[in-house]
Amino acid sequence: MRHRFSVQVGAVGFRIGSAWRGPIAALERLYVGYPKPDVPDMTVRLFPEKPWRRFARPSVAISGDFWLPDAAPLPLRQGLLAAEMGMNLQVALGWRRHLLLHCSAVERDGRVLLMSGASGSGKSTLATMLALRGWRFLGDEFAFVDLEDGRIHPFPRASSLKNEAVAAVRSAGGAVGPVLEGTPKGMIGYWRPPEIAIARMTEAAPPAMLLFPRFGRPENVERLAASETFMLLTQASTNYVSLGEAGFGALTRLVQDLPALAIDYPDGEAGMMLVDRLWGET
Amino acid sequence: MKAARLLVTALRDPETVAGIEMADWTALLTAARAERLLGTLACRLDSRAVPASVARILADARAGADEERRAALWEAEMARRALAPLGIPVVLLKGTAFVAAGLDAGQGRSIGDLDILVPREALGEAEAALRATGWEWVKENAYDDSYYRRWMHELPPLIHRDRDRMIDVHHTILPPTARPTPDAAALLAGAVLLGNGLSVLSNEDIIIHAVAHLFADGDLSGGLRNLWDIDRLIREFDGESFWVRLQERAERHDLRPAVERAARQANDLYGTPIPKRWRVWDSGDPLIKRRLLARDGWGRQGYPFTRLYFFVRSHWMRMPPLMLAKHLWTKAIRKPA
Repeated sequence: MRHRFSVQVGAVGFRIGSAWRGPIAALERLYVGYPKPDVPDMTVRLFPEKPWRRFARPSVAISGDFWLPDAAPLPLRQGLLAAEMGMNLQVALGWRRHLLLHCSAVERDGRVLLMSGASGSGKSTLATMLALRGWRFLGDEFAFVDLEDGRIHPFPRASSLKNEAVAAVRSAGGAVGPVLEGTPKGMIGYWRPPEIAIARMTEAAPPAMLLFPRFGRPENVERLAASETFMLLTQASTNYVSLGEAGFGALTRLVQDLPALAIDYPDGEAGMMLVDRLWGET
Repeated sequence: MKAARLLVTALRDPETVAGIEMADWTALLTAARAERLLGTLACRLDSRAVPASVARILADARAGADEERRAALWEAEMARRALAPLGIPVVLLKGTAFVAAGLDAGQGRSIGDLDILVPREALGEAEAALRATGWEWVKENAYDDSYYRRWMHELPPLIHRDRDRMIDVHHTILPPTARPTPDAAALLAGAVLLGNGLSVLSNEDIIIHAVAHLFADGDLSGGLRNLWDIDRLIREFDGESFWVRLQERAERHDLRPAVERAARQANDLYGTPIPKRWRVWDSGDPLIKRRLLARDGWGRQGYPFTRLYFFVRSHWMRMPPLMLAKHLWTKAIRKPA
């Protein structure tokens, strides 16, 4: 393809090809300083759906090694989002080397805090804000669970913060940019992980606590049984079924002895204090 | 395209990968994945002879193929249980048949849907038995559904509601509207029991079905994989009077030209051993070869006009002209779902 970029994020080597320079330039800025793979694991393609869409009202279709037939193209000014979605799609549909959980992850004292939840639960924002307070940022999208020893491998992509989260992270001292307005998910701002998170992207660590946060509710903490956690995480995994027995083994091991809590919190500050308190109790 | 050629060469002569450069590895692996041959390639190559990053990707592909094999065999067993009360023969086809029979063609092969063959007169019962055990229709559209029932060699695809796996129930190996007419009764009569209540086609018929799948039933997309199946099957079944039996059997199924064409193409691309008298020049072969090698190093299909030709040809072969016109018209005016 005409324009190309490659980047290593944790265990995954990506290659992105694009018919336009714009999305590649944005990726180069966002991922400056990240290592490069020699042979990438996954390929993303950004291309015009019809030949004339390269110039006339250019719109970016997303494909690659894996794709969804109904993924809608994005306008060229949202090319970075298209690239990020393409990378997510490859991992979600194609990655088999680890059990993937839709979780954010941060590490402290060699132990990992996992946070699982739907979009809007605040898991990305919490992970980002914890990273601003000295936790090591492992990722805000996927937790890579080692199939052999259960440790969590980092995947420190730039965090994509949505709508109010942009202001929340900025007021906590984080630098957010670029910001894309009017995307299908509203406003999206990218937050680049601290250099230490990028430098240590190959260092895995064992999980110590799992939270299911819910933003915007009166504070409440509820302990979950291992069986319930297991069921919730099968829903939160993108490759549990395709891994077969290896996925079952890894997930069974993970939920045993791992404290799992559903937490409700009214705002970011209260969420942080709650996490600190619960982490101290583990 | 260079990537497709790299892939063919790596499959045919695995030791040649020692000299491949990093950038070419990327193209080769991407093309292999797009052609659904990555698992096969991973089983062919020696991981110790490739760069570490390539070895990791190949190890993932092998693990993935093992899991697909396990899931495919389980799905076959589920279908066996559902259909056992009917007392009809259930013949496994394509990838599931290869792994169930332990054939070389099954090594690392990607397997998606379950394909089975049952006697045409038992289709109704088979469908009812599958529907009673959790399989559901996928095609919501009334035209598609009636098209399948009237004109296709298989039932409309069914998906199992719990396991989300698709089954294609065939009563023969080509649409009744296609020019060649395979002998479905002979396919069933020649089938071989595996000892677990399921059967596979006879050796010759397995090859002939692979050929029908490659040439007479589609636009050759995924053709490198189908041709690889044919190469492996020929190598495994080759022996005393094999070629005579294959030729007679192909004649019986009305597919002799297609079988000969596939053998020539496999010989050309994968070095499949074929008899001297099968090695003739044919004006259609180069274009087919070009279509088979259309995959580039980004996983895209090139040669748009060649592909368009084969797309048109696939419909032309499947339907008489008037019927084709009506079919295309119905598809064209249909509102998008």
